[in-house]
Order: sequence, then C-alpha cells, then structure tokens
Amino acid sequence: MNAIIRPMFVCFVALSVLTGIAYPLAVTGIARVTFPWQAGGSLIRQGDTVVGSALIGQNFSEPRYFWGRPSATGPFPYNAAASGGSNQGPLNPALAAAVKARIESLEAADPANTQPVPVDLVTASGSGVDPDISLAGARYQASRVARLRGLKPEQVNALIDGLAEGRTFGFLGEPRVNVLKLNLALDGMTG
Amino acid sequence: MTSYAWILLVAYLAILFLIAWPMSLWLAAVADGRLPRWLRPITRLEAGVYRLARVDPAAGMSWKTYALALLAFNTLGVVVVYALQRWQVWMPLNPQSMAAVSPDSAFNTAVSFVTNTNWQGYAGEASMSYLTQMLALAVQNFLSAATGIAVAFALIRGFAARSAAVIGNFWVDVTRITSYVLLPLSLVFAVFLVSQGAIQNFSAYQDVATVEPVTYQQPKLGTDGQPVKDAQGDVVMEDVTRNAQTIAMGPVASQEAIKMLGTNGGGYFNANSAFPYENPTPLSNFVQMLSIFLIPAGLVFAFGRMVGDQRQGVAVLAAMTVLFVAAVLVVTLEEQAGNPVFAPLGVDQTASEVQPGGNMEGKEARFGIAATTLFAAITTAASCGAVNGMHDSFTALGGAVPLVLIQLGEVVFGGVGAGLYGMLIFAILAVFIAGLMIGRTPEYLGKKIESFEMKMTSIAILVSPILVLAGTAIAVLTDAGRAGVANPGAHGFSEILYALSSAANNNGSAFAGLSANTPFYNTLLAVAMWFGRFGVIVPVLAIAGSLAAKKRLTPGAGTLPTHGPLFVLLLIGTVVLVGLLNYVPALALGPVVEHLMSWSGR
Repeated sequence: MNAIIRPMFVCFVALSVLTGIAYPLAVTGIARVTFPWQAGGSLIRQGDTVVGSALIGQNFSEPRYFWGRPSATGPFPYNAAASGGSNQGPLNPALAAAVKARIESLEAADPANTQPVPVDLVTASGSGVDPDISLAGARYQASRVARLRGLKPEQVNALIDGLAEGRTFGFLGEPRVNVLKLNLALDGMTG
Repeated sequence: MTSYAWILLVAYLAILFLIAWPMSLWLAAVADGRLPRWLRPITRLEAGVYRLARVDPAAGMSWKTYALALLAFNTLGVVVVYALQRWQVWMPLNPQSMAAVSPDSAFNTAVSFVTNTNWQGYAGEASMSYLTQMLALAVQNFLSAATGIAVAFALIRGFAARSAAVIGNFWVDVTRITSYVLLPLSLVFAVFLVSQGAIQNFSAYQDVATVEPVTYQQPKLGTDGQPVKDAQGDVVMEDVTRNAQTIAMGPVASQEAIKMLGTNGGGYFNANSAFPYENPTPLSNFVQMLSIFLIPAGLVFAFGRMVGDQRQGVAVLAAMTVLFVAAVLVVTLEEQAGNPVFAPLGVDQTASEVQPGGNMEGKEARFGIAATTLFAAITTAASCGAVNGMHDSFTALGGAVPLVLIQLGEVVFGGVGAGLYGMLIFAILAVFIAGLMIGRTPEYLGKKIESFEMKMTSIAILVSPILVLAGTAIAVLTDAGRAGVANPGAHGFSEILYALSSAANNNGSAFAGLSANTPFYNTLLAVAMWFGRFGVIVPVLAIAGSLAAKKRLTPGAGTLPTHGPLFVLLLIGTVVLVGLLNYVPALALGPVVEHLMSWSGR
C-alpha cells in the first residue's frame, strides 16, 4: 500500500506547488511587467478618481445618456461582483413581459422615434455587465440623446462612429460601441 | 446562417487542424517519454520528485495498480479541495473575507473539479477566496486534465503493445503531462489573455465612482440585523442609492488559461467566459475556442501516430468533425432565427452590418450570435462546460444542441483524454456490431475484441445514461428537486435533464436558472459526477490492460478496415444510435415540446 500512499502525497504536493503557487505568481509577475493596465482591470481614470472600467458596463437610465444592455444581476443592475444572465427560457412569460417593458421605456423616452428596436437593447446580456451595444442600438438612441443635449444628430452619430469597433480581422465578433466611453465622451462635449 | 458565421466555422476548423498536428507530435513524445535534451535541467527536477516518492519511472503498472493509483490521487484531491473551501476564512489571500463554503456546496465543488466536470453551484466572485481559486480549484484544473490524458495514453498503449503486462506508470504520466504539456501552454495562453484584458492581480475588489447613481430596493434591516416585517408579515423594502460600482478582482487569467486548455470550464466568475474579465474580446474568444479543442484533436492525431497508422486517427477525427459541424449548423440557425415571441412586440432581430440580430437574450454584444453558438457547440462537444452566453436562454432547439452533444457521451472531440478514450470505446462497439453482422470475431487495430472487452465497453457506455435518467427521475419526483426549477413548463424539465446530463458526462455547463446550490442537488449531482467519471475510467483501464496482453494480429482479407469512410459512417451511426435510443423519450418531454409550443403561437 505504501507503494501508492507515498507517491500520492509527494506528487500531489509537488504538482500543487508548481501549478497552484508558482504558476499564478509567474503569470502575475509577467502580466505586471508587460500589460499592467489590463492586468489591473482596464480602469479608466479622470484625475485621481477611477470612473469605471473599459471592460465593465455601468447602468444608465437617464435619457440624456446612451443606455446599455439590460442587466439581470441582483440586487441592482450591472453588479460587477455578482455576474450572471436572466436565465429566462425563450417561452417564459416573464421574459416577454420584461422585453415589452423595456420597449415601452425606450419609446416613452423618445416618442418621436418609430424605428423597430434593435434586439440587443431589450434583451439582458449574459454577464450582466456587457460594456457594449450594437451600432444599431447606438444609432437608435442617437436622436434622443442629441435632442436632450442640444446637439445636432450628426454630431452624436459622428461620436458613435468615432468610438465604434468593427470585426477583428474582418470576421471575428460584432460591430459595437462601448457605452461608458460613449457617455464619458458626451459629458466631455457638453462640459 | 450569415456569411460571417460560415467564415468563422471554416477558419476555426482550418486553424484547429493546423495547430493540432504539432500538438500531437509533442503529446506522443511525452507519452513515450522521449523528451528533448534541452529539457535536461527540468527532467532532473522531475527525477528528484520520483526519488522522493520512491517511484521507478521506468517501471510500468498493471491496469489494476494504475487504476488504484489514479483513484487514490483523485480522492486526495477531493479531500484537499473540500478542506481549502471550508477553511478559507482562516487562510491568506482572502481580501473580501469570504466565509467558509457550506459543507454540501464544498463537497459538490470538490467532486466537480476533481472529475473535470467543473459544475458550479456557487458564484465564484461571491464565494471563493483568491487562495481557494488558485490553490484548490485551478490545481484540479491541471490535475483532472492530466488524469484524463493519462487514461487516454494508457488505452493507446493497450492497443499499441504486444503481449505486455503493463500500461504505463500513472505517477510519471500525470507529472509529465502537467509539467510538459499543460503548464507551458497555460503560461503562454494566460499572458495572451491578459494582453486582451483578462485581469491578473491580488488586489481587493475595486470601487469605482459611477457616472450615474443607481437606485434599487432591498429589504430593510432592523437593529438586530434581521429583515423588518410589516403587520402582514411581508418584508419591508427600502430604497437604496449607490454612486459606486464594486468590481471583482483576482488572479483570473492564470485560471482561465487552464480552464479552457484542460476542458475544465469552471469560471472564475459566475458568468464564466461571458464576463469581460475572463473573455474580453472577439479575439480572446476565438483563441479560447481553439484552446478547448487543441489537446482533444491533438490526442486523436497522437493516437494514430502511436498505434503506427495515421489513417486510424484521421478516421476517428473525421467522425468527430461530421457530428460537430452538424451540431454547429443547427444551433447557429436556430439562434440566428431569433425568438418568435419577440417578433410581434416590434423588436428587430434581423442580422445586418450594424447588429447581430437573432436571440440575444443571455448573449454578449461583442460576440453576437455566431461566436456564441460556435462556442456553445465546442464547449459541450468537448466536456469543457465553459460558456460565453447563457444556454438556459437559448431557443428550444438551439438549447437542445448542447444538451444532445453532452448526451452523446462527450465523444465529439470530448474532454482532454476523455473524448478520445470515450470515442475508442464507441469504436470497439462499432467493430463488435459489424462483427455480429458478418459473423466474425471483431478486431480493432489488430486486437481481438472478446467478451471481457465487450463487458467493460457495455459498462463504460451505459453508466452515464443510467445516472442521467435515474437522477432526472429522482429529481422530478421529489419536492426538493422540483423546487430548483426557474422556468415554467417544459423548459423547467429541460433544466433538470440538462443538469444531470452535464454532471454524469462531466461537462459542467448548465441551464443555469436551476437553483442547484441546495443539499439535494449538491449531493445528487456529486454522485452523478463521481460515477460518471470513474465508472468509465476504471472499465477503460481494464480494457487497456486486457488489450495490452494480447498479440497484435496482421489484418487479413476478412478484417474490417477501420480507416475508410465506411467505418467513419459506422462509428457515427453507433454514437448517434446509442445516444438517441437512450434519450429520445426524455428529449421529447423537454426541448421538443417547447419547440412545438414556440411556433404554435402558444
């Protein structure tokens, strides 16, 4: 039996030290030297205060801001310490009700807008902290944001196009725009 | 399917096969112990470990000793992972002061990570300390993957050997696979993930000042810290306003890398690879998808090389690829078609140059439909279980694809090691069926398949369907089982069926609406995971031992060739038939009913 017990402990301890301590510390060390900003969370600073992360969305509900994806995290939306989706099934009546309510609030904030609503604006993201919306989702909201901020729609659309990200290598991912960056830029414009 | 979805699939497969080939050369070298000279400084360290362990690395083990060593090593893993979770509150690297994990959850998680399932009843960023994540969970990501690959090595040796009594040395296999395959790949991959935006630090969770405050309701707490109740006994709610967002931190990238490469799938965060700090960009997503299949595909090529006939590996890979592509097409078409319930509400679900369209519930804007559905097919074809979108919110048939891929037994590429040995078991069954049809003793790769091998094959193939169907029956018949269901109707049944399928086949993904962090599910699923893993591994090792002892026959005129298209079709037929015969009634009650309902306007 000792032929099994002894190698069991020795191999387990040796491999645990290697993969559970040496390896994560090595990655941390390399990351700190090569990509310190990313390793720390891609945080956006304004002066001394951290106003968010380029990768983590924030909740926006005021009509003068672009709104992001609906978030299903609890107890409040865009909780970046308790991530997750709604996990509602496609036929769950609660899902249809939630989508209906989201369409109504989009239309209430911009009654003149008669375009169909892009699906990503009314469906909850998988992470609950999705930083992006589709270009269609941003353009749908451009007229509202422009009106409430006294800007020309072309100015707002130019801002969207300036911050838009396309498909990587032409085929990976989806065209999109980061909502926090967009709103910070808006606040910068109107001062 | 959009043209981008086609390009993505073709590019994915092309690059996969391109990188799996060099991977296979290295895997075969490690399996045979042919390590290059420049590794000398490290092999000296390795030899030191064996001296301390009093292991002779040149001495092989019988299959029984191999199995015993494997079981002992994995049992120790369960004990250590359990203990670290229970004691994390007194251990270092716990800046958020995470409390001890409850006994049933800790037990479930320990079994889950040791069995390469990585089913998660807990939410990572809300329950595990940094030390638990890196020293308990990530270590098992390495060791469970190494265990699976070791079993595949042992089975290949069984086929390749001629009248041998041994199938390799478990301690040597697990040490070499971890040190020379998994660790270097993970190191490079982790640094790449950081470059894309995955985090890697030991800071406390960051508070950031948000642009807009958020107001929400939470239960009002009295002076005793308990929720206040009104005269009717309802909990009193109060408005709370927050101007800050707390963002979880931690050593994520190092764990993320091995989570994918080892087909483990247990996310650092609850949202898994949907969370931007785990999977920040479309490029990181593409590489994550490649990393899931890299070792499983490499092992299939290595198998052909080690048994001395590359065509054998290519045949197995062809069968896997056909099943995989079929699955990708169905799930992508279904999800891109969108949710029929949304159409009358005035929602635009059409794909265009400015939006992904389709069923975006539970999906991320940067991935859209195609990169999520391809990921879903990969993660469930392999027994990875990482997700970058919520399978629970997929359409009825879209969600059925991951479920069926799991139920086929995780043999379409499959988990590292587990996919290959699972598929070879099906290959044995396929030649056996062919042998019955033509009235000859079946052989595979020159080894006669006789009654002992067929008994073990039957056990290995039947153990997970029994666990899935019996477990689902228990769960739907008990109040504790039904209490976990989140969605009404047929979808609720699918949640339970998916959970048991995922556990017994060691996948780990979920229809995550199911509240599974209860003593009932933690226990039931732990049992399914343990026997779903080792109830297959032990018979596979028995087959390896029995095959190793046999002579290798030269193929004659009556031998069924196992490398042509005929055999590929036979193998696909066997996998699909066994899977469907086991699961059609259960699937009819879940996704099929739901699909019929969604298009009947009800």
